[in-house]
Amino acid sequence: MSASTIPLAHGIATEDFAQPYHGTVGMVCLIIAESAIFTIFVVAYLYYIGKSISGPQPREVLELPIFNTVCLLSSSFTIWLAERNLKRGAMGAFSLWWALTIVLGGIFLGGTALEWRKLIYHDGLKISTNLFGTTFYSLVGLHASHVIIGLTMLSIVLIFALAGKLKREHSRQLEVLSLYWHFVDGVWVVVFTVVYIIGR
Amino acid sequence: MADSTLPIGSVIDLTPPSEAYGTWLEQVHSWVVTVDHKKLGIMYVVYALIFLLVAGFEAILLRIQLMVPRNNFISPEVFNRLFTMHGTTMIFLMGMPMVIGFANYLVPLMVGARDMAFPRLNAFSFWMTALGGLFLYYSFVGGVGLQGAGSAPDFTWWGYAPLTERAFSRGHTADYWALALIVAGFGTIGAAVNIIATTLCMRCKGMTLFRMPLLPWLNLVVAGMILIAISPLTAAQIMLLIDRYLGGHFFDSQAGGAPYVWMHFFWIFGHPEVYILVLPAFAIANEVIPVFSRKAIFGYPAMVAASAGIGLISLSVWAHHMFTVGMTSAQNAFFVLSTGLVGVPTGIKIFNWIATMWGGKIRFATPMLFCTAFVVQFLFAGLTGIILSTAPWNWQLHNSYFVIAHFHYVLVGAIIFCIFAGFYYWFPKVTGRMLDERLGKWHFWLFVLGFHMTFDLMHIPGLLGMPRSIYTYEPGRGWESWNMLVSIGGIIQAVATLIFVYNLVYSYFKGAEAGPDPWDAWTLEWATSSPPPEYNFASEPVVNSRRPLWDLKHPEDPDSRYE
Repeated sequence: MSASTIPLAHGIATEDFAQPYHGTVGMVCLIIAESAIFTIFVVAYLYYIGKSISGPQPREVLELPIFNTVCLLSSSFTIWLAERNLKRGAMGAFSLWWALTIVLGGIFLGGTALEWRKLIYHDGLKISTNLFGTTFYSLVGLHASHVIIGLTMLSIVLIFALAGKLKREHSRQLEVLSLYWHFVDGVWVVVFTVVYIIGR
Repeated sequence: MADSTLPIGSVIDLTPPSEAYGTWLEQVHSWVVTVDHKKLGIMYVVYALIFLLVAGFEAILLRIQLMVPRNNFISPEVFNRLFTMHGTTMIFLMGMPMVIGFANYLVPLMVGARDMAFPRLNAFSFWMTALGGLFLYYSFVGGVGLQGAGSAPDFTWWGYAPLTERAFSRGHTADYWALALIVAGFGTIGAAVNIIATTLCMRCKGMTLFRMPLLPWLNLVVAGMILIAISPLTAAQIMLLIDRYLGGHFFDSQAGGAPYVWMHFFWIFGHPEVYILVLPAFAIANEVIPVFSRKAIFGYPAMVAASAGIGLISLSVWAHHMFTVGMTSAQNAFFVLSTGLVGVPTGIKIFNWIATMWGGKIRFATPMLFCTAFVVQFLFAGLTGIILSTAPWNWQLHNSYFVIAHFHYVLVGAIIFCIFAGFYYWFPKVTGRMLDERLGKWHFWLFVLGFHMTFDLMHIPGLLGMPRSIYTYEPGRGWESWNMLVSIGGIIQAVATLIFVYNLVYSYFKGAEAGPDPWDAWTLEWATSSPPPEYNFASEPVVNSRRPLWDLKHPEDPDSRYE
């Protein structure tokens, strides 16, 4: 019986045996699980449209956050540019585009904060006010919390980049992170459609 | 032929380890900080085993209460808490950790990897699951509410709203329940991510997806289902906590919310969950039955396809738990048909197991005994499932003991039996010692006797109209003798389980030396020593077929010639 690895003896060619990068697979799995969570909140939102017993109703208080949306969606483009520059080894351009991504995400978050401030103090809509408030703050808040997590991770990467610790060979890992950021952007398209277009 | 060259030379590192066991404290420390998939797998299984005993004990208390009519063995409040805790514990703290523990230990070994894809995520997942158990059981002491209405959740394991809302569940029991399920859910999702990444990215050279053994294959399917099915539960529990803590109205009918939204969300999780538990049990049977029939598994591609089919169909059957809620005829028809459809892939599996045994040289060691009983019992469980999935029957039998009997027939008759088979089959690999066969036979026969006494007979009071979740019942309804026999069967199962636990402890210290490959099996985990070294394989194995060790033991007739 051979002392070599398991049946090498009658070895059939096993070259070109490629398996996907486990980081990407892990992130895709996480995104699937997160999508399921969002799906439940979206279904609840859609089901409860117009079922609030008391006001305020969405039509009276919600305004289209166009500027916010443009900022968040364009951050998907800037993160892609950053990635491309990292692959080419252009660290300066990478840091610039990466920082811009964070700024755009930050503007989105700030916009949400201002919107909520207006809703709470001006329109008197709280999470406990009515069914609309409950579903609105839950869904938009769930998305915003994902933006916060994303921004935290992006900022950590930026710190590493500015400290000179980030190298070209990390581009595979950053691709995984940017996958998450694209997911957060993609979810916003759904949330925007459901909350501000269908639900208004 | 049990081969003397196992474990295969290059598969383990023959240089002696530099240090033996450390002090007692170092041992404990090594378990707490470990990221090794084998240690984590063992911890998962031990954790699940402890909760098996706890929840089993709760079940025995329930059965003693129901032994005779108008019994006052425990109070109604305690009864409600006990059946809630029994259900929640068995599903989330026994079933899930048990199947994930088996997957954790076996998947990397079977695909020839050194560890899971994300070892630290693996440790995180385990400790999250452990925290979930802590939360749930802390509710016994920390969940005290108003006027004794509290101290452990008492609203059943499916926790229908609005019973779980602030108005009806005072105190903190519902909070601990929701938190426990969220936290344990995070752990489960982490484990699922890990299993998928391991099976898709960490396989050894030559192991294409269709040379992967069926246990990793089925666990891959299960992990995919976990991602889609556990997340809705997490979402629903977050909604419940928003209702309870922030004054939300998701399930508050007074503000326009709908309690039956909870039902949908819960069963979107709840029904796939049953398959999440039963597929890993199938996975164990898929490994045990061929080895003890001395034949390769019959219809490997069909087995894979059937598992994936069960996974897909199971996502569209949830509302068969809700026929009595009052859905439209079209909805009823859809869920009747989709549920019936699950019978097709499961039927394929049963035929494949029988075909694997057919003409085989069957060795009835304890693992095979459990698997044989499993095939028969799972068939019966499936048949009562078809009965219950038919809407008109369901209207008659819903919330009766018939449902309880069917459910336990699946969970005990299929899942627990396969898990016991898995214990007897892989205990030698994990500890290096065989489980005692004589005690094993005692365990098996007592458990079969107790199981059938309890769960065969439990169908009858259900047909006679006995509802589930009742504290006690009036004499003279024809339920008394059935309940007495059911309870006695439960106690017999408890005795059998205690024999099993005694066997585990006894054999750990006194069992016969197992050697690397006691069953003359064919998958990679048997190529390394028992217990496997921390790195599993010193050099990466290369495989050419689904049964690498068969190829090694029979170079004149390798499987790779036929696949």
